[in-house]
Amino acid sequence: MTSSLSHFKIAPQKHFINMAISVRNLTKNYGTQKAIDDISFEVKTGEVVGFLGPNGAGKSTTMRIITCYQAATQGDVILDGVSVREDPDNIKKKIGYLPENNPLYYEMAVIDYLKFCAEIQGVSKSNLEERIKEMVRKCGLEDEKHKKIQELSKGYKQRVGLAQAMIHNPEILILDEPTSGLDPNQIVEIRNLIKELGKEKTVILSSHILSEVEATCDRILIISKGRIVADGSSVDLRKQAQGNELLTIQLDVNGNPGQAPKETLESLPTVLSVTPIAGREHYYEVQSKPELSSKKEVFDLCVENSWYLLELNAIETKLEDVFRELTN
Amino acid sequence: MDKIWIITKRELATFFDSLTAYVMIVIFLGLSGFFTWLSVNNIFVIGQARLDVFFGISFWTLFFFIPAITMRSIAEENKTGTIELLSTKAISDWDIVVGKFMACLLLVLVALLCTVPYYITISRLGQVDHGGIIGGYFGLLLVSAAYVSIGIFASSITNNQIVAFLLALFIGIFFHLLFDLISSTFKGPVGAVLEFLSARVHFDSLSRGVIDSRDLIYFFSLILGGLVLSTTMISRRNWQN
Repeated sequence: MTSSLSHFKIAPQKHFINMAISVRNLTKNYGTQKAIDDISFEVKTGEVVGFLGPNGAGKSTTMRIITCYQAATQGDVILDGVSVREDPDNIKKKIGYLPENNPLYYEMAVIDYLKFCAEIQGVSKSNLEERIKEMVRKCGLEDEKHKKIQELSKGYKQRVGLAQAMIHNPEILILDEPTSGLDPNQIVEIRNLIKELGKEKTVILSSHILSEVEATCDRILIISKGRIVADGSSVDLRKQAQGNELLTIQLDVNGNPGQAPKETLESLPTVLSVTPIAGREHYYEVQSKPELSSKKEVFDLCVENSWYLLELNAIETKLEDVFRELTN
Repeated sequence: MDKIWIITKRELATFFDSLTAYVMIVIFLGLSGFFTWLSVNNIFVIGQARLDVFFGISFWTLFFFIPAITMRSIAEENKTGTIELLSTKAISDWDIVVGKFMACLLLVLVALLCTVPYYITISRLGQVDHGGIIGGYFGLLLVSAAYVSIGIFASSITNNQIVAFLLALFIGIFFHLLFDLISSTFKGPVGAVLEFLSARVHFDSLSRGVIDSRDLIYFFSLILGGLVLSTTMISRRNWQN
């Protein structure tokens, strides 16, 4: 599997036009430690990109640089043709940002807080009411809007966080671990909300949970130790990481032991190796030769020898494995 | 300017939604009122229509009262991480600092306005030096602004309100008292410089009703210095270590 991973090459970035976000050779040092190390990637307008990596890989740092919270040591980020180094004020207007841990003014009422955010982001007076109403509706805060933020459950706080990020209708949304700390129901709710929003916006979200990124994103960037180690859709990543076909089969050689099943299986032209799985009778792991499948052959063999085929499973390479492989 | 006012509004709302504002105003009025009207050296004992006692006591109460107002302003944002949210919105660090400064100063102004009845009462009792009293109020306001600025700076370098409070007092005490005390032991230019640094000297000259450009320059430099340093501290996230 390891060998196939070398195919993950990050394509050289040539066309910067029509890209919502273009990150170029970004490096950030904290003292002698490199938080991110020469990262480059691009995000197309309308794309939902998942930023995946273990804790401390540099996800938050990258996001903080894109949102103009921190300055990069080297490199640049261009949003819609504007550099974060040159015109941060302009960029801040285009971005909606939900920081990690979702900091909010807990003592404020939801609606007051949204109004405050809208005013700061320069939403015009005539639009103000309408924007707040729309956000309250979209994020499902109708019943909670007059409550103080500290009285809300974590899931609702997260909705407020999303609402404040989108209050000025930005083209780009940067969400840092939007579902961390939520219960499974809330995760699904927030995920659906992000999906809904992702239809009309460019979104970058970070997570260390794979299934989450897989469920919401068009494209996945895996980042480890400050570098991008993989870039592609979940299907791409899985396909590229997948080695030879792997099957587990269980046979019942009832009354017809004939030849030893292991040797018979090994004699099939498509099979590379057969490994008995310890602890169970006639239970094997069958690896096929590269690019070939042995499913039909195994079945035919059973028919030929009057064996019962009790189980035949194709083991799919999990994205988890890709992730672990790349980030360890 | 719009943005500054948005911050100011929010900060003021926080003061008045919580007990902070009311407790502070009540304590301030209680202390200054007690010493002006009831204590040993009160106005009736002096027998003159003057507010010197009030200005003298307010000079001290505000010194303690202001760090308690400002300690929260940025330290709390640093602690909860809301500063990250605020500084990634379309507002500059300077606007954030000035907005918070204005809110604290307005709260002090409200407290001072609550003492206007003292002035009215006094003016009914006898012949009043209006210039002196207006100068005194103006002086108090400038001293307050300088201490608010120092307090905001103290709040900007920590995420702990208590530290911010103590630090503001520590920095403040130099201007409030120490420079004045030390200056008397020095002669020549050193003594003159230390005396110029003392807030009391400038406040006394203002409360005599004389508005001197040196006093204004002194206070405005302190205010500006505090604000600039606070802004720098908020932007320190961008420093390259």
